[in-house]
Amino acid sequence: MATNRIDQRFAELRARGQKGFVAYITAGDPDLDATRRLALAFERAGVDVLELGVPFSDPLADGVVNQLAAERALKSGTTLPKILDTVRALRADGCRMPIVLFTYFNPVHRYGMEKFVPDAVAAGVDGMLALDLPADETEPWRKLLEASLLHQIHLIAPTTTESRIAAIAKQAGGFIYYVSREGVTGMQQQLATNIAGMTAKIHKHTRVPVAVGFGVSTPEQARAVAQHAEAVVVGSAIVDRVAKLSAAPDMVEQMGAFVKSLVDAVKQ
Amino acid sequence: MQKLKSQPDKQGHFGPYGGMFVPETLMSALQELTAEYDRARKDSKFKRELDYYLREYAGRPTRLYFAERLTRELGGAKIYLKREDMLHTGAHKINNCLGQVLLARRLGKRRIIAETGAGQHGVATATVAAMFGMECVIYMGEVDMARQALNVYRMRLLGSKVVGVSAGQRTLKEAISEAMRDWTTNVRTTHYILGSALGSHPYPMMVRDFQSCIGREARRQILAKEGRLPDAIVACVGGGSNSIGIFHPFLADKKVQLIGVEAGGRGIRPGDHAARFAGGSLGVLQGTRTYVLQNTDGQIELTHSVSAGLDYAAVGPEHAWLRDLKRIEYTYATDDEALRAFRFLAEKEGIIPALESAHAVAHTMKLAPKMKKRQIVIINLSGRGDKDVQQVAEIVKL
Repeated sequence: MATNRIDQRFAELRARGQKGFVAYITAGDPDLDATRRLALAFERAGVDVLELGVPFSDPLADGVVNQLAAERALKSGTTLPKILDTVRALRADGCRMPIVLFTYFNPVHRYGMEKFVPDAVAAGVDGMLALDLPADETEPWRKLLEASLLHQIHLIAPTTTESRIAAIAKQAGGFIYYVSREGVTGMQQQLATNIAGMTAKIHKHTRVPVAVGFGVSTPEQARAVAQHAEAVVVGSAIVDRVAKLSAAPDMVEQMGAFVKSLVDAVKQ
Repeated sequence: MQKLKSQPDKQGHFGPYGGMFVPETLMSALQELTAEYDRARKDSKFKRELDYYLREYAGRPTRLYFAERLTRELGGAKIYLKREDMLHTGAHKINNCLGQVLLARRLGKRRIIAETGAGQHGVATATVAAMFGMECVIYMGEVDMARQALNVYRMRLLGSKVVGVSAGQRTLKEAISEAMRDWTTNVRTTHYILGSALGSHPYPMMVRDFQSCIGREARRQILAKEGRLPDAIVACVGGGSNSIGIFHPFLADKKVQLIGVEAGGRGIRPGDHAARFAGGSLGVLQGTRTYVLQNTDGQIELTHSVSAGLDYAAVGPEHAWLRDLKRIEYTYATDDEALRAFRFLAEKEGIIPALESAHAVAHTMKLAPKMKKRQIVIINLSGRGDKDVQQVAEIVKL
């Protein structure tokens, strides 16, 4: 039976005693061709999992950097079917990096979960992280997801109670995304406190790897966070740089170099 | 019909609608709020306190006024107005705000946030925050701040901070998103007073309950005045709090026709209206699964209504359910019809309705003439129109 690329990657990391690096970009910012080239550059830079943000008109969990990225992506004509096409093209290009669609639930709901799950798997998507689909609301689609190769990536937050952690851990597959701070996505000067305490709590309930994100933006922060988890997620800092470099002819190369600095910090 | 009055399930589902579609960071706070609300509504002390403030501070019960001249002019059914416009702060919104601020106090939260469209909910929230000595921040789209400038100033007078929202189409939907971002960031210290029967559980249920005093009073009052129940009740539906508030106590009275009136704007074309049942489809927005105005890719469509309070892309989930069950009918009134009704009620009854409520009046102007003289219609006059006068003056020259 085929295995999920996320599971495979974390198994390899574990065998090597290495931490993982998860990079987030908004699909279609500035356009989907750039997304495809960025993904290939990120894979070369050693990114372990790529989170592709599906742009949504009302991104209520996002800070201003990702809000603007979503606006640009929508303006460039990005849709969920076109993002699936892009993933398909990446796989055709030989990309083996695990890919997670990071989305608000509505675009997927509108597409139809019954159709989305097989289409996403066929395109080469490995996980779906729906920000506003908490574990409590997945019941209608649980069987469908469990029978597929697609993992639903669950979130845990600093406010998540221990009983919720236990319930979420039971459903978790691929990895658990620990949102390290109360708030929206965005870059922060300082890391959240008590990351170690929360990841330890999660580890008590599951062997599923934990990736920590929200507010991690520099190699130093990434290195610090990697102490307490199996992987580190950097989003807004990458998105912000894509926006600033979007007109540069060597944007993809520069982004590859920036992401490599983050990967190296985590892998040290 | 008894099942219609039952509660949603534990997760707040009304059939396939409702639920808790929010980021994980908010789940614990929403569960805490649900549990506290459950305790509060069984607590006679809470009920007594809420009743006290509704009566002594807000001015309940509101009158059920026989609109004699409106009735004569339309030449059909007898029309009564449920005068929520007479409440302190000028609209039904204060009913919910008083309930929620008392809950916030029970939860030990000292900071209040809210969204507002027309500004009525913002003013009501700023009012209760002032009275209870709480810090208060109101999020409002910049377009709405311009068309409801008077209410912006009122909120500031009441000591609240009004934060303009410049994202998207800069109206109610964006204000809700921004309030949810604030709540996600400050969830441990802050209570979010959501103003309509919208969003994640427990809000649709809780806001409905706090607004149901409208329907309970109306039922008692019409029985006292007419010795019987009305034939129809008409209310406008934005998120749907004034309408569910007046409708809910009548759900089991099968012979009472319940009619919700959405904003038809410039007509039912994408971007020109806010009639979710006329042009929407099943979606998930801002915490709930319901009818949403969206395109085929699941992106939320622009909306338009002359009335800021109805200018929203989703409808409260219980409305979607009661529509499926064919217990409530939904229709819409256009901007022009609402503006005509706004003037008609002013000229015939000396009552200037809120533009939101004018949509209910507009539909009644079509409905009542077709009814028999012995029949009875109640309009929920959810708010007064003082806030709209300046905006209407720019559209209609007198």
